[in-house]
Amino acid sequence: MSDSPSTGSGERSPAENEDQQREGSVGVTLGKRLRERDLSAAPATLNLLESSTPADREQTAKLLRELSPAALGGEAPGHIVGVTGPPGAGKSTLLSALLHSWRAGGKSVAMLAVDPSSKRSGGSLLGDRARIDFDPADRAVLIRSTAAGERLGGLAPATRIAAQALAAAFDVVVIETVGVGQAETEVADVADTVAVVVQPGSGDVLQFLKSGIMETPDVLVVTKADLGQIALATRRDLSAALRSLGTKATCVLAVSSLSPPQGVDELVGALEEHRASTDVSARRLRARRSGALLDFVAEHGERGLRALGGRHATERLLEQQDPTLDAQALVDVLETAMAKT
Amino acid sequence: MMRTYAGHSTAKASNELYRGNLAKGQTGLSVAFDLPTQTGYDPDDELARGEVGKVGVPVVHRGDMAALMDGIPLGEMNTSMTINATAAWLLALYIVAAEDQGVEQSKLQGTTQNDIIKEFLARGTYAFPPAPSMRLIADMIAYTVEHVPKWNPINICSYHLQEAGATPVQEIAYAMSNAIAVLDAARARLNTPPAPRADELMADVFGRISFFVNAGVRFVEEHAKLRAMGILWEELGRERYGVSDERRLRFRYGVQVNSLGLTEAQPENNVQRIVLEALAVTLGRDARARAIQLPAWNEALGLPRPWDQQWSLRIQQVLAYETDILEYPDIFEGSKVMDGLVAELLEGAREEMAVVSEHGGAVQAVPYMKAALVDSHRARIQRIESGEQIVVGQNRFTETEVSPLTDDAEGGILVVDAAVEAEQIEAVRKWRAERDQQAVDAALAELARVAAEEHSQENLMVPTIAAARAGATTGEWAHTLREVFGSYRAPTGVGEASAAPADNELSQLREEVAGLAEKLGRRPKILVGKPGLDGHSNGAEQIAVRARDAGMDVVYEGIRLTPAQIAASALQEGVHVIGLSILSGSHRELIPAVIGALHDAKVDVPVVVGGIIPEQDVAQLKQAGVAAVYTPKDFDISRIVHDIVGIVGAECNGHGPSSNGSA
Repeated sequence: MSDSPSTGSGERSPAENEDQQREGSVGVTLGKRLRERDLSAAPATLNLLESSTPADREQTAKLLRELSPAALGGEAPGHIVGVTGPPGAGKSTLLSALLHSWRAGGKSVAMLAVDPSSKRSGGSLLGDRARIDFDPADRAVLIRSTAAGERLGGLAPATRIAAQALAAAFDVVVIETVGVGQAETEVADVADTVAVVVQPGSGDVLQFLKSGIMETPDVLVVTKADLGQIALATRRDLSAALRSLGTKATCVLAVSSLSPPQGVDELVGALEEHRASTDVSARRLRARRSGALLDFVAEHGERGLRALGGRHATERLLEQQDPTLDAQALVDVLETAMAKT
Repeated sequence: MMRTYAGHSTAKASNELYRGNLAKGQTGLSVAFDLPTQTGYDPDDELARGEVGKVGVPVVHRGDMAALMDGIPLGEMNTSMTINATAAWLLALYIVAAEDQGVEQSKLQGTTQNDIIKEFLARGTYAFPPAPSMRLIADMIAYTVEHVPKWNPINICSYHLQEAGATPVQEIAYAMSNAIAVLDAARARLNTPPAPRADELMADVFGRISFFVNAGVRFVEEHAKLRAMGILWEELGRERYGVSDERRLRFRYGVQVNSLGLTEAQPENNVQRIVLEALAVTLGRDARARAIQLPAWNEALGLPRPWDQQWSLRIQQVLAYETDILEYPDIFEGSKVMDGLVAELLEGAREEMAVVSEHGGAVQAVPYMKAALVDSHRARIQRIESGEQIVVGQNRFTETEVSPLTDDAEGGILVVDAAVEAEQIEAVRKWRAERDQQAVDAALAELARVAAEEHSQENLMVPTIAAARAGATTGEWAHTLREVFGSYRAPTGVGEASAAPADNELSQLREEVAGLAEKLGRRPKILVGKPGLDGHSNGAEQIAVRARDAGMDVVYEGIRLTPAQIAASALQEGVHVIGLSILSGSHRELIPAVIGALHDAKVDVPVVVGGIIPEQDVAQLKQAGVAAVYTPKDFDISRIVHDIVGIVGAECNGHGPSSNGSA
């Protein structure tokens, strides 16, 4: 039953690969291509960002440098949108409808679908893309399934930097995660705008909001508006809860993804409106700093933090750095400081 | 009644086959349709590629149905059609063919399979979402009970559930839950006002529902299963639907004996398996099948030839005419062992039916049932892999002499001429050019109008028959309804499947995968794809679940993907290897098409193929660039995954340390 593999296949010849490594240009080349909004550079970029070999990490650092605010002359132009919600809330159907609306408006879209992976074996089954309906010939759409980070609803480090990198080339970058409660906090660290998806009649989100377990999202979406009364009631309850919390900024929308779709264009509008009213640079800067801190702790643990005088001192150190540095450069700063102690 | 399941290539070729079988003493017809006909696509549709005439006959319009039934008196024939999502359409074509022969629809006898829930669960030839699919079924039941009273509008299938891994308890419980969903829908349809004879018709409907069950080689337990189903069915009729007529309360079933247990290794052993399985459904008179279809001994190898089918028919004839099996009353009456077995199955089935009911009934419980089946199937495969369950010739007693049966040039199977597809494409284009287009447009517009009204009093069968008469095609009928109903993807069940208990083999596999991940720099990622219309996804699902359990990242999107979709997924997901599964025989066309699409997308990763692939096609696939081919004799899934890990590892070594998907 064991058949020998065919020979002669391979995306790059070994010689070419070695050349690129010698010149150290894979990361730089991909970074430049993304900067020029070459969408076809995206799959290879993601392969690189996910890799943990020392050679690939070195290239990742180079790639991020090419896409830092310093190199771009500002923040990456794409809109990073976090979409989160409990299983069965209708996220995939909603994303299909959003994708169509964005594409109809001429926008390029990258979706990073985070699937909760099987903890025991470390393996994962990534099937979400099947639920998102798109034209495979459309080169301006990219859907990538990625395994989740350590906690439920958490993000893998690669997803955070991937969102930042892809925002240089794509008009919209979506991070889709599963969960409710703590889940949207991590997404909020990366995204410019966070939408939480709720299905009619489910009380979880309402309870989480009231009890303060959940941070207030930027946009709340009630799906399955075609269910009528129950969807309207859910929307009303959520609005009332937000009012009692004194939050006026959150927009609550009811959406039906069934044909004919209702409320999808309004949702696209609400997401854009939120972004226009947000200080994106400040949010991105915070994302890079918190990402750098997470990466540093993942690598060096509490001991690393202690070497820098504790978490607060480390955060202060990060705040003193040039705001145009990329996340990896910030990690380097921390590591250099640690080496000096 | 004795039948063999048959049909292939073209309506004309299949007609000759039927006439031949009838002349040999067969007493009814069992029509197998090709996958485009089953899923509602014309031969010239992109998705039909490689599938036209493969697993059955293509029937595209009334002309094809007339040719298929040419010279066969439909007023006297009992015809069983294995057709589900497009059952309403094929029945309409049959009614029109009868009109052409001057036979009234009220005279027609036969069965349309028409069971959509098992398509979502196991077989994959669905066309529309669950709710409108159930509406079509209810409309068909309501139509036939009045206008085609001798027709069995639906055959609740537990057959495919067992093929998908169901235990006897699951087979009973899911089939009964499915029947409840159908009967409830029919009752609601019949009660749509004005409903002068609703109760009376409901009793007729109950009496018309038949089952299509599976019989495996554990034939004593299988016989008990059928007795249990009979008891539950009668109970359901009395208690839930108020039926009192004994005749209508009888559990009627046809049977196809198990294909799952048939092996590619030493296929001649399948003959004795088939005989034993036939005993399961004939031994005791109280639970004896009305119609039996036996598969051919070489079904696991490819499409059987007429001679192979004759052999299956002869098995039934020996049973019926040479043995004394039909001479006695029920031979298990009063048997403690049999009664105990039946009671045990009943208890389990009732519990499982309650779970389905808690989910809101069979339609809502599809994702639950699917995941349960994937789990049972995985457990079964693991038992065979570990040797706990013995399969003669496969995991025990594997030494064999050269078989004279599979020694000829074609390896003992029928190969459909590749030219058939081109001819059919030309034929459907000619048909469209020569018909009255205005009449077709008007008929399809009327169909769309009725379909668009969700709680319409009008029956969808009426515009469907009118469209058949006007000369519309299968693809046009289905397309019109897809536009109104929307399209649908069934749950794959793999995401919910629980992790396998780690035995030694799996632990070792995990280590191999972890080692490979270190070399690659990230977890090895595999795309498991099912190109084309073939809906038999059990193999793909088991590979996906095992690869995940071994620690791989698995991208699995379910059935019915175009080569372009597979290539796009492979590129975007950055996979290290692609596994393709095809059981319908269309690998010769579809595998090279996928490899071409991958080439166009500049994805250059190894491709492995699994399915019913005849030995003589393996070389051709390898030449097309396939790294490895796995057939039913490779029953050990862990070994396949181990092999794939090796292939990715070798590829990685060839490319230096940072080979990373496509550039």
